[in-house]
Amino acid sequence: MVTFMGINLFALLGQLLVGLINGSFYALLALGLAIIFGLLRIINFAQGALYMLGAFLAWLALHHLGVNYWLALVLVPLAVAAIGMLIERWLVRPIAGQDHLYSLLLTFGIALILQGTFSHLFGSSGQSYPIPDALKGGYNLGFMYLPVYRAWIILVSLLVCAASWWVIEKTRLGAYLRAGTENPALLQAFGVNVPLMITLTFGFGVGLAGLAGVLAAPVYSVSPDMGANILIVVFAIVVIGGMGSIGGAILTGLMMGIIEGLTKYFYPEASTTVIFMVMVLVLLVKPSGLFGKEA
Amino acid sequence: MTTQIQMNAVTQPRQRGLTLILILGLISVGLLAPLVVYPVFLMKFLCFALFACAFNLMLGFVGMLSFGHAAFLATGGYITGYAMTHFGLTPELGVLVGTLASAILGFVFGKLSVKREGIYFAMVTLALAQLVFFFYLQADFTGGENGMQGIPRGELFGLIDLNDNLNMYYFVLAVFLLGFFVVYRTVHSPFGQVLKAIRENEPRAVSLGYSVGNYKLLAFVISAALAGMAGSTKALVFELESLTDAHWHMSGEVVLMTLLGGMGTLFGPVVGAAIVIAISTLFSGGELGNYIHIIMGAIFVMCVLSFRRGVVGEFQRVMARNFSASRVGK
Repeated sequence: MVTFMGINLFALLGQLLVGLINGSFYALLALGLAIIFGLLRIINFAQGALYMLGAFLAWLALHHLGVNYWLALVLVPLAVAAIGMLIERWLVRPIAGQDHLYSLLLTFGIALILQGTFSHLFGSSGQSYPIPDALKGGYNLGFMYLPVYRAWIILVSLLVCAASWWVIEKTRLGAYLRAGTENPALLQAFGVNVPLMITLTFGFGVGLAGLAGVLAAPVYSVSPDMGANILIVVFAIVVIGGMGSIGGAILTGLMMGIIEGLTKYFYPEASTTVIFMVMVLVLLVKPSGLFGKEA
Repeated sequence: MTTQIQMNAVTQPRQRGLTLILILGLISVGLLAPLVVYPVFLMKFLCFALFACAFNLMLGFVGMLSFGHAAFLATGGYITGYAMTHFGLTPELGVLVGTLASAILGFVFGKLSVKREGIYFAMVTLALAQLVFFFYLQADFTGGENGMQGIPRGELFGLIDLNDNLNMYYFVLAVFLLGFFVVYRTVHSPFGQVLKAIRENEPRAVSLGYSVGNYKLLAFVISAALAGMAGSTKALVFELESLTDAHWHMSGEVVLMTLLGGMGTLFGPVVGAAIVIAISTLFSGGELGNYIHIIMGAIFVMCVLSFRRGVVGEFQRVMARNFSASRVGK
């Protein structure tokens, strides 16, 4: 047992890894929320339910259609994105001119319907999803054991987040998106199809939730309320980071996962609440959030 | 806050007269109701109606959506339950203690959140309420998942035995009327006028010299205190306080009651509470219990898409269009 100043390094590193994995999911979900918020100025309350939907679709596809993990990793996010685009087109858009609180309530209602439907169909107990063969096992790093699948989650999440950041901040498409955030009317006057862009952006944002759901299926149990609990944490993360930047959302997500992991080691009783406490602290010191631009 | 969340509150003198008549009529209905309907159901309804009225003070009259009001309901219940069980307080003192505790919690929540706009305010209150939820889940005195059981109802003023359901009912009715009166007075006071001014046009209220933050904070504390009072009373009625009250579902349910009944109207939350409680009582137990969240969600979506004024708001609009030359509603 390697200890340093009374700290069990193995256990600490283990919790850090768990924290980093949770942080990967926080980052993916917060990124989706931030992208949607940027263009539509709404908070998608159904993001958690769509994450749950992603996990369930992967599970259903495996057990009823024999669709393997790799195919699900591509198809499920697309399916969730398609559902998201339908929601945007038929439910969110009709109330676009109304107060933004209505769209929050609308997506809350959608979340209740999705969660209620899956509770009804599958009960509240979790389903298990096997880890694909290629990602079984683990590496012995000498100082700790790293399961391959966990490394895979962190890798995919970081790659997807980095790619999204690059597209939004560095490419022409991203420039359109940012222009739409600043002034949609002017952008439309330049001949860009803004309504279509909004629908696609919404689809991409919820597609990220779907992807997170597939990634989560083998490590967390697939259950109807898996989305609701994580979503409230992600809301706190969004408040901590502020809605100002895409990169900020990603970084805050990872950081909060790590802080949560550390808390699990040093003071487990507070591990469920530490992120909310950080939020309180940030609200006291810097109310607009760490990366926020809003006054 | 933008201006779409607004239903005209009753302000014209003639309408205020009508409101008073309506209130007196409803009080007599309230007094006679237990002869016809099972008192425990009525008490449950009154507690939730008060909860929704308290919530509506923020959403309807200040235009701020709190997604954390469950924390106040639960705090009222737990503190009252603890005080009744351990200190042997009389019920009116027990309710007072629970109400005060919620007011203090409301002050803390408010300090942290009222400066935040719209969607941020909703997220901050939701996250703070989740913090409170986890606190109650882990704290010893709440009984965790099992809830706090066997809370004594006690004797009102040391004289009237509240274990009798009829006595208890009139106590709950009195608490509800007191709470409703506080909301009525708040809305119709100069303070309430400023709140509505903030709702309609916050920058203008600021430029007129009102310290908007303090107005919002005071409104939030009143709202939290009344929500706590509802929770305290409910804990006495059921002799039980559980985590259900602290869960975010509860915060969502009170939004639904207010939205469905008509936000920004005095009676809307009462009507909304009646409908939601009736639906959930109807579906609880039995096979249909599984559908309850789907139905709630569907009502949410329907209300937001095509019924934003709610039952009472829609009724007021029809009445105003048909029977009055004065301009009410939009």
